[in-house]
This record gives sequence, C-alpha cells and structure tokens, in this order.
Amino acid sequence: MMAISIANSVPTKEGRYGKFGGQFVPETLMTALMELETAYDEAMDDQSFTEELAYYLQQYVGRETPLYYAENLTKELGGAKVYLKREDLNHTGAHKINNAIGQALLAKRMGKNKIVAETGAGQHGVATATACALLNLECVVFMGAEDIKRQQLNVFRMELLGTKVESVETGSKTLKDAVNAALRYWVTNVEDTHYILGSALGPHPFPKIVRDFQRVIGVETREQILAKEGCLPDAVVACIGGGSNAIGMFHPFVDDETVALYGVEAAGSGIGTAKHAAAIAGGQLGVLHGAYMYLLQDENGFVQEAHSISAGLDYPGKGPEHCYLHDIGRVTFDSITDSEALEGLQLLCRTEGILPALESAHAIAYTAKLAKTMSTDDIIVVCLSGRGDKDVHTVRKALGGEI
Amino acid sequence: MTTLQQAIEQTKIAGNKAFVPYIMAGDGGLKTLKPTILKLQQMGVTAIEVGIPFTDPVADGPTIEQAGERALAEGVTLRKVLENLASFKEEIHVPLVVMTYFNPVLAFGLEAFAKACVAGGVKGLIVPDVPLEESAVLRTTLNPYGIDIVQLVSLTSPPERIARIAAASQGFVYAITVNGITGARTSFANDLHDHFARLREASQIPVLAGFGISTPEQVVSMGALSDGVIVGSAIVTALHEGKFEKIEALVSASKGVFQKSTL
Repeated sequence: MMAISIANSVPTKEGRYGKFGGQFVPETLMTALMELETAYDEAMDDQSFTEELAYYLQQYVGRETPLYYAENLTKELGGAKVYLKREDLNHTGAHKINNAIGQALLAKRMGKNKIVAETGAGQHGVATATACALLNLECVVFMGAEDIKRQQLNVFRMELLGTKVESVETGSKTLKDAVNAALRYWVTNVEDTHYILGSALGPHPFPKIVRDFQRVIGVETREQILAKEGCLPDAVVACIGGGSNAIGMFHPFVDDETVALYGVEAAGSGIGTAKHAAAIAGGQLGVLHGAYMYLLQDENGFVQEAHSISAGLDYPGKGPEHCYLHDIGRVTFDSITDSEALEGLQLLCRTEGILPALESAHAIAYTAKLAKTMSTDDIIVVCLSGRGDKDVHTVRKALGGEI
Repeated sequence: MTTLQQAIEQTKIAGNKAFVPYIMAGDGGLKTLKPTILKLQQMGVTAIEVGIPFTDPVADGPTIEQAGERALAEGVTLRKVLENLASFKEEIHVPLVVMTYFNPVLAFGLEAFAKACVAGGVKGLIVPDVPLEESAVLRTTLNPYGIDIVQLVSLTSPPERIARIAAASQGFVYAITVNGITGARTSFANDLHDHFARLREASQIPVLAGFGISTPEQVVSMGALSDGVIVGSAIVTALHEGKFEKIEALVSASKGVFQKSTL
C-alpha cells in the first residue's frame, strides 16, 4: 500500500481532480449542486440509506455479478489469464443501473419526485426509466433526434417503463446535445427535479457520485480475484466514453501500485481521422457540461462531434478523474477502432458464447492485444460493462452480408 | 468607478433606467455587426451585450440558440468578432460587454483574449458558465486590462451567496428574473419584488434584470424593480426580422420608468 492514497485525494472540496473538474454551470444550478452534495454526504453516512441501496443492488439488480474466468478466450490468445467482470448480467443489461438506482434513491430522499436524464444509445435512459418505475418517480429523458432514429427499441422500452422521451433537434442531435437539453430542463425545473447524470462527467459533485455508485464493480472484483487467485490482477482493462464503468472498476485499484490500469477510448475510423471519440489521445483541455477536461474541439473552442460505432462511447469529453489519472500517469489510455471493436465482439461471441456491447467490445479488443504481450502467469481483469443485444442491428449492418 | 458602471449611473441620474440590448454577433453575417451596433447606439441604449455563438449554449433558449447556429453557419468566431469590433472602435461610444461561454475564451488563451478585447473596445465580460467559485481567474487576467467581470445572481441563490456575488461582480450585477434559460416569458414569479429588494440592498453597484424580458410592459415592470434591464431574445428576433420599431418601443419604455412606476 502507498503511504499516501491517490484514490482518496480527489476530488478536493472545490470538486477538482488536479486541475480538472470544477463547477462550470449557470448560477441557477449552483444551489442545487450544493444541496446535492450535502444530501449525498448525509445519505452515505446514513446506514439506512446504504442498506436500502445494498438491498436493491442485490435483490433487484442481481449483484454481485460473477467474475468469470474466460478460459477459451485465454487459450485462444495464448497469454495472460483473462477474467471478465460480468456487468452485462445486471438487470437492464449494463452497469448503468448501479448509478441510476443510487441516484434515484438519493432523489427520493431529497424529496425530489421528478427526474430528468440524458441518454445516447438509450442504456442510461432505460436504466433511469427502470429505477423511476421501481421507485415511483416521474421521469423525462432527453435523447438526440439522430440517436432516436438509431435506437427505436430503446425509445419504446423507456416509454413502456412510463418515461417521457423528448427528442433533441438542436446541434448535432446526439448525446452532447441531449446533455445540453437535460441541463436546460434542470435549470428550469430545479426546485422539484433531480438530474440523474449517467456518466462520471459534469459539474461537481456528479463525477464523484457516479464514481462512488459504480465503485461496487471494482470492490467486488477485488474480493473475487483475491478469493480465486489469491492475488491482485496484473492489469485491469475498461472501455471509456465519459468513463463511468472504468472509474467504478479502477478506483478500488488506484492505490495498488502493482496493478496496471488501462482505459480504452473509441478511435472510431482512426485517431488520425476526424471521426473518433478519443479525447485523451486527440483532444485539448476545455470546458463542457460543467467540467474542465480533455475535449474534442476546434481551434476556436467549438466542441466537435465524437464518432464511434458504439453510441455509448460517442461523447466528446472524458470524465475529470480520468483526465487526472492520465496526467499523473496512473492510468494508461489507448484506443481501439470501430473495426477492431467489431473483431473483439466476434471473438468473444465465438470463444465464450458472450455477445458484448460494442462499448465493452473495445475493452475486449484491447485485451486481446495486451494478453499476448504478457506471460501465462499474469492475470487481466476486463470490465464487460454491458451486453450486446442492443447492438445486433448495428453490428449486422457493419458486417454486411457476413451474418 | 468603471466605464460600464458609469454609463449605467448616468442613465439613473437622467431619471431613466439602463437599457442593455443583447445581440448575437454575426447573425446575418459579420457585416451586420457594425450597422447593428451603430443603430442601437443611435437609439440611446446604455450599453450593448455582444453575444458570441457557441456549439453548446446551455444557458440559452431556442431563440438565441438558433441565432447562434445561424452565426456559426456564417463562420463567426470569438476572434473574428473582436477583430471586427476593432475595425470601427472609434465610432463606438457605448460600453460593449461580451457574452460568451467559457470554452472559446480558454481556446483563445486568456491573455490573448484580454488584449483582443482591449483592441475591440470591450469594457466588460459575462460568462454564463463561470459562476462565482470559478471566476477568480477571469478577474485576475482581465481586470488589469480594464475589463469588468459581470456575475449573475439567480432566484435560487440564497441571501448569503447573493451578498458574495454582489460584492464580486463588476460594472453591474446581472439578476436573472426566472428559473430557466433565456427567452420570452409571459409571467414572472410573485416574490421578485422581495428578491430585488434584497439584492439591491446587498449591492454597491447597479443591478440589471435579465432573462425573459421581451415587451415594453415588462421593461417598465422589471425596470421598476431594478436599475435597468437586459433584453435578449426579443432584440435578436427583431433584428432577424428587421423590425427596428420593436426595438425602439422597448428602448423608449426604459425612459422615465421612475415616473411611470409611481403613477
């Protein structure tokens, strides 16, 4: 163990992760953010809240999720042993529900019975709609008009769950514009509405709250690998859009010097092209949606659209804690292209009979490269953040006549 | 007292309320910037808020967002606007206040931005996504160049916070009159009177009301609560439609508000 914990040193009380993070929001939201921070701190100190959260995570979400030894994949790759943290087995099919349930319980505790959320592919929207149906909260989800076209089924799922889906017709009509619209809605309805932000992004305290609700992934993984192997893994791999599954997985390992952490960004058509979502590899420092972070932008500070075959990684910024962990050299960031991710997806289907989400397929594709460089005594844990049923249409289209 | 504050104090001495129109720079092309500013100046406005288009304007409603999208489509940037202002700086006699989101300023570079503001005759800056907690860096870099940093106060700001914001704000305090984004409103909350009373009590500098003010009647009623008004979406729409008479009606409503409100 290190003498000084990196993991517990951020955020500061100003919401900073090194120079990253902060609270760059309209004044109308500042009081709500402060109230949220106070309510959150009180809730986490209140045993009845943490017990209620634990109850729903176990009885409703289906935790803990297995840490599965992917023996066939390991043999195929011929290198390090690969374990998969099966977040795809959660209710609603991804890690997003961990945070949605936590924040919905928090909203209820704060006496806010209305919820607003943004969604890209619809996974966070579905998770939020689910938590709201469960806890009897009124829910509106903003979704870009382009994403609505691509994700009709998730729109219908949200509507079945009693959520109102609002189409966002401005800007690029995708995730970042959905966040803009959700923020506007929150500014207007702040007195009775809580905003359930879906990733480790946005103004303080959101990146911390989302991290803490997703930490269950890494906490379980740590216990499970110690029980199975008697030691910590040599490497932990997770895909990164905004970074919620990755920070949840990484955080309990940040102070373990021997564990290498790898964050996998979406390289889209390639980092050298204009069509990618790799803000750490190809972005500059900037402010969007409340936080100072690495951001895809042009020389005038206009935010650029992110591109990835995976809608969940299709965001132009990276969460402030990831930016910090990159700057201090604790997490290694690399990227995987659309076509590599498609190969990763097929590899896992073929070897293990698991269809991963396209987001998670980026982590699988990176692991395939990494495992080959490591010895058979080494252990890699991959966060399999979601299942791929939602992506079948996209994958089929991308692979042409192959299926 | 800064140039900006002085301009507002002078309108008060004349028995009027400050009237600050917001324009989206480059809506209709950058060539419209000079004639628009000179025309508003001629109408007797107190200062002009020059809005900079941005890809993600989270504090703005549809009217200003769409104007921003039109300006972006014309290739308008923060740098181009400031260069354009510099080209007719001598003809500008009212203080200009730039309103921009933070990221274009960061991309410009704070120091370089400050110098370009000076060259363009800019006297103040409003950054809607930089609240009090994050604003020190703006004052540190821009105050030495004689540029005021205007802070916003909202209806949700508690009294203790209102006092701190009022103490930090320069030129004037921008009082948001609604919970929400920019754009026309038909009604306002009932407790605005108390809110403004507290705010003006806490502030050593003028308090201007903004967001949602779009009719001459609202200019009168909001002007009565404050030292003046900022009108955005209604001006942007009138300029887009070429209806200058609508702007004239709004400006003239700000004249002699003291008398009107006590009748």
